[in-house]
Amino acid sequence: MTEWRRNKADRVGKLGFSFRRHLHEKFIEFLLFLSAVLSIAIMFAIIVMLLKESWVFFQHVSLWDFLTDTQWTPLFDDAHYGILPLVSGTLVSSFIALAVALPLGTVIAVYLSEFAPFAVREVAKPFLELLGGVPTVVYGYFALLFVTPLLQAIFPELPGFNLLSAGLVMGIMIIPYVSSMTEDAMRAVPMNLREGSYAMGATRFQTAIRVVMPAAFSGIAAAYILGISRAVGETMVVAIAAGMQPNLTWNPMEPAATITAYIVQVSLGDLPHGSIGYQTIFAAGLTLLILTLIFNIIGHVLRKRYREVY
Amino acid sequence: MQIGQEGQIETITYKSEVKNLNFYYGAFNALKSINMVLHDKKITALIGPSGCGKSTFLRCFNRMHDLYPGNRYDGEIILYPDDVNILAQNVDPIEVRMRISMVFQKPNPFPKSIYENVAYGLRVRGIKQRAILDERVELALRNSALWEEVKDRQHDLAFNLSGGQQQRLCIARALATEPEILLFDEPTSALDPIATASIEELITDLKNKVTILIVTHNMQQAARVSDYTAYMYLGELIEFGVTDTIFIKPKNKQTEDYITGRFG
Repeated sequence: MTEWRRNKADRVGKLGFSFRRHLHEKFIEFLLFLSAVLSIAIMFAIIVMLLKESWVFFQHVSLWDFLTDTQWTPLFDDAHYGILPLVSGTLVSSFIALAVALPLGTVIAVYLSEFAPFAVREVAKPFLELLGGVPTVVYGYFALLFVTPLLQAIFPELPGFNLLSAGLVMGIMIIPYVSSMTEDAMRAVPMNLREGSYAMGATRFQTAIRVVMPAAFSGIAAAYILGISRAVGETMVVAIAAGMQPNLTWNPMEPAATITAYIVQVSLGDLPHGSIGYQTIFAAGLTLLILTLIFNIIGHVLRKRYREVY
Repeated sequence: MQIGQEGQIETITYKSEVKNLNFYYGAFNALKSINMVLHDKKITALIGPSGCGKSTFLRCFNRMHDLYPGNRYDGEIILYPDDVNILAQNVDPIEVRMRISMVFQKPNPFPKSIYENVAYGLRVRGIKQRAILDERVELALRNSALWEEVKDRQHDLAFNLSGGQQQRLCIARALATEPEILLFDEPTSALDPIATASIEELITDLKNKVTILIVTHNMQQAARVSDYTAYMYLGELIEFGVTDTIFIKPKNKQTEDYITGRFG
């Protein structure tokens, strides 16, 4: 009797569990999981490497000196390991770049999203994206050989290598990133919000500024954060056009090195592995990572706080 | 087109008169030779099956079609007392929208506070004085029966309101600028029955204050709120007249079929 019952409960016929299908699903799931894990693993590997190598560096140089010393001369006999000159170079060049890219990128995005006729947008957008596809080394030489001489015509005392020219060109380089993402965010705002604004008698400009931009805030913030990260992390333009002398200055008319430019300089040099000079690039790299991380966290918080639901 | 109770209409003032209006989306003739009037401070309902051109017609009144390329008006919508054709090339659509406001099908509050939503039209018109804004916002919120519910949280984000409250907020926003004509494009189709009832009550309350043109899918709604009803089909105005006449004794067979549910 009991045996008969169990048999009946077990009998599923064609409705049974397909082992083959199950295996197939699990396999796909595993592959997807693996690719997700891989990217996270690589990021962790980078952080671990930076921390480990920086640890070696900080055995020789105190954190206090690293943060407060005003000179960065790790390759000289009289070695100083103050990160401030590199941070100032990075911040000044990034600030100039962003002063160009954020306003211009936003204005372009507002125009393309809210004002431009269809035909203009269809032509302008690919061109802008092309601008983002130009190799950065080309922008570097553009800054050094074209923009700097141009600026020297206005400011005769401007040195051949300077932060101003590098920053300006970097800004031009970042415009497409900012404008493209800002435009996408603005165009994602539903048409019924715009119509609501127009129906109240608003002009195109009032609608763009007072309704569409606030509604697209989180996307615009993301575009700005990406722009900032690009500016802080940009290497080639500053390495070529800003000179490579670490120089604690807030004056854009002077040559200076950024963190990235320094890392390139040392990586290309012939410093022996394990030497203190070699270790400096990891400490500099860690500083760069922390800088960009701070900007990303600020951006994340802003987006969370002002996330709009429509 | 047939006009019901013509003798009665003669004595009433018109807010607007539509003369031989044609409208084209590109080459498509969406509205065909429409002749109609809007009675001053009365509610006129537009009914008809989907795609008959009700919303298209409504959106001619505030020149909404100007926002998209390829649209063309032909004919006249005369606005009184100015006696001006608001579809004319030299009429600024923004000026038209300043006087003819609109409430949409789906509540579309702006990503701003309740207060700023209502103040939007005033700010767009350059009004900055706090005292005036406060007063007009309160009045609009009272007129849209929202004041008691939101007076203590006027500076909260408008998205935190329920769907029905959001729609009443949109009505407040439209009322704040004291429009002469208020256009409603199926204002309750995205709302539940209770919210619908409150919006209908509100629309009825607005009668005698403002001229209202309302598009509705819901024939009971048209019968309940409107003074005049226009039945449209395939871009044509089939019948227009006093609501009671249209619903009790329509002159046109097609109108009767639609209203009695045999069609549409």
